[in-house]
Amino acid sequence: MGAILEVLGRPDFAELLRTHVLLSAAALLIGIVIALPVALAIRNTPLGAALAVNVGNIGRAVPSLAILALCQPFLGFGFDTALVALTALAIPPILINASTGLREVSRDVIDAARGMGLSGSQILTHIQLPIAAPVIFAGIRTSAVQVVASATLATFIGGGGLGDLIVEGTQRNDTAILLAGSLSVAVLAIITEVGFGTLEWAMTPKGLKLAQKRTR
Amino acid sequence: MVDPGAFGLAFLQDLSSIEEPKLIEWDWISENFWEDIVPAIQGHIFLSLVSLAIALAISLPTGVLVSRYRKAYPPVTFVTGLLYSIPSLALFGILISIPGITIGPAPVIIALVAYSLLILIRNTVAGLDAVPAETIDAARGMGLTNRQILFKVELPLALPVIVAGIRIATVTIIGIATIGAYIAAGGLGKMIFDGINRSFPTMIITGAVLATALAIFADLSLLALERRLRPWARRRRTA
Repeated sequence: MGAILEVLGRPDFAELLRTHVLLSAAALLIGIVIALPVALAIRNTPLGAALAVNVGNIGRAVPSLAILALCQPFLGFGFDTALVALTALAIPPILINASTGLREVSRDVIDAARGMGLSGSQILTHIQLPIAAPVIFAGIRTSAVQVVASATLATFIGGGGLGDLIVEGTQRNDTAILLAGSLSVAVLAIITEVGFGTLEWAMTPKGLKLAQKRTR
Repeated sequence: MVDPGAFGLAFLQDLSSIEEPKLIEWDWISENFWEDIVPAIQGHIFLSLVSLAIALAISLPTGVLVSRYRKAYPPVTFVTGLLYSIPSLALFGILISIPGITIGPAPVIIALVAYSLLILIRNTVAGLDAVPAETIDAARGMGLTNRQILFKVELPLALPVIVAGIRIATVTIIGIATIGAYIAAGGLGKMIFDGINRSFPTMIITGAVLATALAIFADLSLLALERRLRPWARRRRTA
């Protein structure tokens, strides 16, 4: 236990943690910036939405190590390559959820809003987005957890992060370093899961929460 | 399958062999197809199938029990959810630190089983929950025993949802099994890691593309099976 804490006190631990968080956060943000506008653009075209969901589903099936490894021969080793690969991993869950979330807003609700005189953009910002928000944030949470987990693999293509500690521990056969790396990655992933879960709950409109409680 | 030599650009090939290896050397693939590539695919499938079989043997009975004793469901999803959210490389690291567990397929299979539990148990419970109470009443009225109701009515009706869970679990298993090669479990991941270590893109790309193809193939075939098992949903859609 003491030996593990010693590793966590090493000056490079803070640096590895910082890289891990930076890599994950950047990939998630770029993923959101790419996936959300696409989902918005295709929300009224059934063909586009079907295409996005199918491409997204296939994208989700691609092993994360395969994406990271496939980027390496083309982009070389380093942080930037890992960022590109992790961004590619971040997009599918957000795209699928945003696209289905926006489409699942009931037609009746939209008709009612139109009847009340709301314009297309008002319907989007006041009706569709708030109702779809929980589903969209669920996608962002899935994506965030996956990115934080896969950022551990960035070490194999020289991207840094906490995976470096796991590799160092395995290579030097040092259980303390191995456990320090593994446990900190596990804790970071669980914090991400819980944190984004809370965000998802906070982003659910009051009315929807009431409705959920009633059906339960 | 571009061969620069065929276009009279043999000097380019010479240059590239000095500078750095080409992205894909088809010669290497054909030379090593039977000795390296096919065993890697077989190893990957074997690792995935063994893990899936063990996971099913644990999850199906647990799912049935938990759907009966509802109080046990939240703690079961909490524990399996916790396991599910631990990144695979970290879980491998934790497992091989346990005295008695050495690197090799064993810790990888343990981890792959652990990852599948949440999805499989959740879908088993969801599938059983979706069986209408009237159907069960009708079965009881016809004189079926509880055991008969479970095996002849509930489980067959829950099967599409269970298969949907098997599909997600299988894709997850195939993906994470590639990382298992880091702790000597073999499979297609070994080609990826060997390729990275030797700076040999052909091996990296072959391993990664085959792992991807295997995952997508499993995904699509289990999706087809799921649709076949749900004829009533298909009928509703066309109606």
